[in-house]
Amino acid sequence: MNHSELIRNATQTLIDHADELTALDQAIGDGDHGINMRRGALAIQARQDELAAMSLNDALRTMGLTCMSKIGGSAGPVFGTLLLTLATELPDPPTAAALASAVNAGIKALTRLGKAEVGQKTLLDVLDPVEKTLARGGDDLLARVRQCAFDSSDATAQMDAIKGRASFLGDRALGHVDPGSRSVALVIAAICDSLHQTNRTSLPSA
Amino acid sequence: MKKLINDVDFMLVESLDGFAAAHADIVTLGEAGQFVQRRTLKPGKVGLISGGGSGHEPLHTGFVGYGMLDAACPGQVFTSPTPDQMLAAAQAVDTGAGVLFIVKNYSGDMMNFQMAAEMVGCDNETVIVNDDVAVENSTYTTGRRGVAGTLIVEKILGAAAERGDTLNALKALGDSVNKATASMGVALTSCTVPAAGKPTFQIGADEMEMGVGIHGEPGRRRVKLASADDIAAELTDAILKDLSLKRGQEVLLLVNGFGGTPLLELYLMVNAVRKVLAGANVKVARYLTGSYVTSLEMAGCSVTVSALDAEALTLWDAPVHAAALRWGM
Repeated sequence: MNHSELIRNATQTLIDHADELTALDQAIGDGDHGINMRRGALAIQARQDELAAMSLNDALRTMGLTCMSKIGGSAGPVFGTLLLTLATELPDPPTAAALASAVNAGIKALTRLGKAEVGQKTLLDVLDPVEKTLARGGDDLLARVRQCAFDSSDATAQMDAIKGRASFLGDRALGHVDPGSRSVALVIAAICDSLHQTNRTSLPSA
Repeated sequence: MKKLINDVDFMLVESLDGFAAAHADIVTLGEAGQFVQRRTLKPGKVGLISGGGSGHEPLHTGFVGYGMLDAACPGQVFTSPTPDQMLAAAQAVDTGAGVLFIVKNYSGDMMNFQMAAEMVGCDNETVIVNDDVAVENSTYTTGRRGVAGTLIVEKILGAAAERGDTLNALKALGDSVNKATASMGVALTSCTVPAAGKPTFQIGADEMEMGVGIHGEPGRRRVKLASADDIAAELTDAILKDLSLKRGQEVLLLVNGFGGTPLLELYLMVNAVRKVLAGANVKVARYLTGSYVTSLEMAGCSVTVSALDAEALTLWDAPVHAAALRWGM
């Protein structure tokens, strides 16, 4: 399928869930995550025709640069770097194994950029298990990746207590999902759904 | 939400246009409103660039001018500016001596400025401000946050740059002023991010948030509203514990309003903090009171204490002419 539809669905899901993402950020952050992701998604949608005519890799690179110049905050560089890494690493069309390897490269780039590690309540806590799921491959991969993304995002809610941030926020920190992890889960789910609708049950394995 | 507004998407650009018009003797607006810059640059002087999310006015645009910043990059409300803004600002204000980025320690500001620093063609250094003693670490910050102490770092570096200090000297001075500066804040009400349209946090009429950040993000704890003297003591004690000052140390005291607190209350807090400092044998050599590093319309204030040596005090006293800070000229 053409990547244009994937891009439209992924950006639309961020726009549709902007209020929910902002609410998550109001609980434990500065309350603007959905607003920023929506601004980035709209900027990408404004270039939809241009992106449709590009190769997958060029489209990913253009989206990465758009994120960096439109989103701001920490989400701009984070989503920008992730997309730019995928643009460099992914073969077109991508296989599940190649996607896993590209996501792994993205995790490494984000670790360098944000000095964060897996287990610190960020979107890395979705990307890491999703990468492992992709790398294992197997049947019903799209459905399992989708589930893994949401489960992993949900699991960030409990990470405060483990990390001891509760010592600053008290019990108010518990139960709150990291907004960035929810954004990335929503995008992954939208991509899985789009691929599924084209009657694929799984990504090509090789 | 009740705000003076036309369209939330154009709020920032309309405000910046107004700012540039109102202070046309001091600043000009960079292309597409990417940054605010000093009207007259001084050749051979290191260019000082700061920036951050909007909603903290007059920080940082109000500090652009003689004796302070050469450029400020405003991001969307509470959102750091993007690397292309900082890059454009650096290219505009570099006169050959390089540029110094002054960055508040938030992961977004850090990442965007880091990218700009990597892309910029001229010599550059970065001073990171992290004066907030309330939160050592959180998901959204790598270590302590940068809050009202940023003003002190920017003023002192601005004066040093004006007298001709090199990029390396400014970097060292900025790091030392930051280290000698500590802040903590308290919020009585929430702010409302215009695009979100409702208060960032819910707080009872009889409650306050101790150690709040300048985006209304949570601080140390939520407690019952106390007297000004008790609040002053808690904020100041935390600051003094962090700075471990020697007896008789001279300091600069900044009592900063968050946007929703009148000067009547801020001066009352100055009085309360001054008593606590006197009790700890700390001498206030300079005062600054007002709403300088705000959080939209949030009620509350922060207290900043900066242990300045004689040289830093001289630089603090040096002339400054910016929209929000003016003395000595």
